[in-house]
Amino acid sequence: MIAIVDYGLGNIANLTNALHYLGYDPVLTHNVTKLKEADTIILPGVGHFNDAMNRLKELDLLPVLNELKKEKPFIGICLGMQLLFERSEEGDADGLGYLPGTVKKITGSLPVPHLGWNKLDSSLPSLQGDVYFIHSYKVHTGENVVATTTYGEPVVAIVQKDKLIGIQFHPEKSGDQGLLILDQALKGGFEL
Amino acid sequence: MIKKRIIPCLDVRDGVVVKGIQFKGLREIGDPVELAKRYNTLGADELVFLDISATHTGNALMLDVIQKTAKELFIPMTIGGGLKSSEDISAVLNAGADKVSLNSAALNDPSLINETSEKFGSQCICIAIDAKWEEAEQDWYCYTHGGKKRTDVKALEWVKEVEARGAGELLITSMDYDGMQQGFDHELLKKIKETVSIPVIASGGAGNARHFADLFLDTDVSAGLAASIFHDEDVSIHEVKDLCQLKGVPMRHV
Repeated sequence: MIAIVDYGLGNIANLTNALHYLGYDPVLTHNVTKLKEADTIILPGVGHFNDAMNRLKELDLLPVLNELKKEKPFIGICLGMQLLFERSEEGDADGLGYLPGTVKKITGSLPVPHLGWNKLDSSLPSLQGDVYFIHSYKVHTGENVVATTTYGEPVVAIVQKDKLIGIQFHPEKSGDQGLLILDQALKGGFEL
Repeated sequence: MIKKRIIPCLDVRDGVVVKGIQFKGLREIGDPVELAKRYNTLGADELVFLDISATHTGNALMLDVIQKTAKELFIPMTIGGGLKSSEDISAVLNAGADKVSLNSAALNDPSLINETSEKFGSQCICIAIDAKWEEAEQDWYCYTHGGKKRTDVKALEWVKEVEARGAGELLITSMDYDGMQQGFDHELLKKIKETVSIPVIASGGAGNARHFADLFLDTDVSAGLAASIFHDEDVSIHEVKDLCQLKGVPMRHV
């Protein structure tokens, strides 16, 4: 069973749709027992970093998430990926701190948000196509990077460490390519 | 490199896709879910549904259309038309929309942009503007109610304001060029891109593949939108993308 962490932030209708389409049966929950029963945890998220952290704290989810991320596949998507890191400029807030790195505003001459289809760069042949990004902040890290894209400068697109996976783009909105990546992430991740 | 997006727009009235020529004279052309799936297969990068229903029942049918489409279509979907409040936006997002486009409601109450971009995130708030050149005043003005009502708001001032209030994207329709199939309104679009840094979707005037290539070569917009030329199969999305690619514009191929 896949548990999508329900903390009131973000548009999960389409993530749920994509998982159903792939043949999974996700449960949307913030119930600690249900989260513990799940085989896989997905942390979604759209919106403000600071709000997201506050919601997770209000629901008292930090201890259980901290425990589960060691035990089972744990996938953060979009803002959910950014939350896995130590700190963000957005709201100047601490993140979950599961991965080394920080989150910074996208700067440069290109439009912000970074919005649209951009090509993945990775040594893995399965991670080469165009996927749909929509974000104004990006992860700064040199570690655990599986795929990047280029938007004026390199942007981290997928990270993986042990059972933790972070996906910056929206696999549920990236056509067939995105569905394949989502499926791969759920089936144990990316083989390096 | 980020790709330029090609976006078919489906005007939906009471659950059926219709098309408008210069915002007048509508005719039915098909089932929105089927059309959406077809466009996905044909290589559309995103879809825009504009709900032009005038009744509550029509709006309810729209939610049904969004739900059905989102179950089978995994590319971004923007919903616009008749959204007036945070509650309306919440309903379409929950039904499966990724972004909403706001036009009249934002002009009537600009604070709605702040409220909703904070609540749902800037990335899902796209401000749609119907702009028309006023010869007497030598400037572009915003229109509301499907292009029927002129406002006193200058388009170039409005884009600056909506960006400051938290909009994540603009959908700019040139009413002077819409339906003419003579190409996009480069002058208006360039002026807007000089004013804001958020992504801009250009709408109004596409008649052939060349018009899209010209648009991307001459302006910094992020996407080109069209309705009737795609619905009538005057030109295919593949043709548009092939020509753009040939001219050096980065395109996504499926």
